[in-house]
Amino acid sequence: MSSLAASNEHSVPTTAKVIQPAWVRTVHWINAVAMVLMIMSGWQIYNASPLFGFKFSSSITLGGWLGGALLWHFAAMWLLMVNGLVYLTLGFATGRFAKKLLPITPEGVISDARAALTGKLSHDDLSKYNYVQKLLYAGIIVVGVVIVLSGLAIWKPVQLQYLTALFGGYDVARYVHFICMAAICAFLVVHVVLALLVPKSLRAMIIGR
Amino acid sequence: MGRIRSLLIPGVDKQLLVRDATNVMPDLARRRFIAGGASFGALTLLTGCDVSDSFSAEEMLKRISKFNDGVQAAIFNPNALAPTFPESAITRPFPFNGYYDQEDAPNINGADWKLEVRGLVDNKKSWTLEELYKLPQVKQVTRHICVEGWSAIGSWTGTPLRDFLKVIGADTRAKYCWFQCADSDGYNSPLDMATALHPQTQMSFKFADEILPRAYGYPMKIRVPTKLGFKNPKYVISMEVTNDYKGGYWEDQGYNSFSGS
Repeated sequence: MSSLAASNEHSVPTTAKVIQPAWVRTVHWINAVAMVLMIMSGWQIYNASPLFGFKFSSSITLGGWLGGALLWHFAAMWLLMVNGLVYLTLGFATGRFAKKLLPITPEGVISDARAALTGKLSHDDLSKYNYVQKLLYAGIIVVGVVIVLSGLAIWKPVQLQYLTALFGGYDVARYVHFICMAAICAFLVVHVVLALLVPKSLRAMIIGR
Repeated sequence: MGRIRSLLIPGVDKQLLVRDATNVMPDLARRRFIAGGASFGALTLLTGCDVSDSFSAEEMLKRISKFNDGVQAAIFNPNALAPTFPESAITRPFPFNGYYDQEDAPNINGADWKLEVRGLVDNKKSWTLEELYKLPQVKQVTRHICVEGWSAIGSWTGTPLRDFLKVIGADTRAKYCWFQCADSDGYNSPLDMATALHPQTQMSFKFADEILPRAYGYPMKIRVPTKLGFKNPKYVISMEVTNDYKGGYWEDQGYNSFSGS
């Protein structure tokens, strides 16, 4: 890949450089579909026994009723888990995580956050993440792992009782699962807004360059 | 299907019966998922396809749910016990739960009640409450987890189902114990044999050391701490040991059949 990219850089500068390899784009969009299915069906499941004093409007939930939502949730979970495992495996194996997401330094995050808020953050080289991106992308991977584990703890509190105990019991695991969902939704809002503000980043996640 | 067939009574007009049954359906929304699910599936997955095709989102979801039954049966550990709790952890008051109001719960006269035993068993005699009370009993304090997500800790006392299956000479190679209840809607539920033989699966006659109150399933409830609450039938009137999957009240409407916890 490196030799190809290098020769491309000579003939056609920057635009031909692959920013998002095909496997990243594939798992990204499969994950997007799986996440939306999980979140919308999850909201319907939440409505059957709300943890807080509100319910989600049925116009934004999936499944029609609890039973339908559970069918969606326990179907889409396979898509989310298998795709997530492929992503984690390739992310570590190809060295992408180490190269793109590390190191994350507090000074870097603070100065990049300040630059972002004052509109001075550069987006010239999309193949390099700034420190705020590094923190958010690494953080959302951790949240993704925790939401799956807390989901398993809720689904199988007897067979996987040690996992459930690790979360502080069945009832606490439900709150952890909900908070992770909220974190993902918050991430999603920022992520989509920024992708639309820097459209070439969205293009890179679709066609690679 | 099985439920509808069992509701047919000679001399009763089938159409009127169906209309009456429709009237007492608990909540229309509960049966709406087929429409909701299929339309969403049609929008996102099948754009341009004929939804009346043999493949539909609903069909796909049902198949995955069956696959999930298999996965859960495979990871079910017959020796893993559900966590138990001290008496102080019992949820008070323990919630009443059903698809009907508490005042509409079956009101059974224990003196007349008998547990009917059918299917692949050596001894098909029916059991009175007095006879069942003579069997050895054990107590468990375990967490009841509802399919809706809430949970509550309760104390149940009764006879391990596996002991009773031994007493009646049940063929424990059969696939299911199928329970039927006294509810007017004919609640029923199948229990896979591996779970029926689990040491904590219990024919419960007491709640919190008192004779099982009407709200919690008098005279007999099947307590299964390795399953979601709806797989714990109350007001049980018969048990059939069978190799046939006969469906269940909620299972037929779309809840995952294994629903192990």
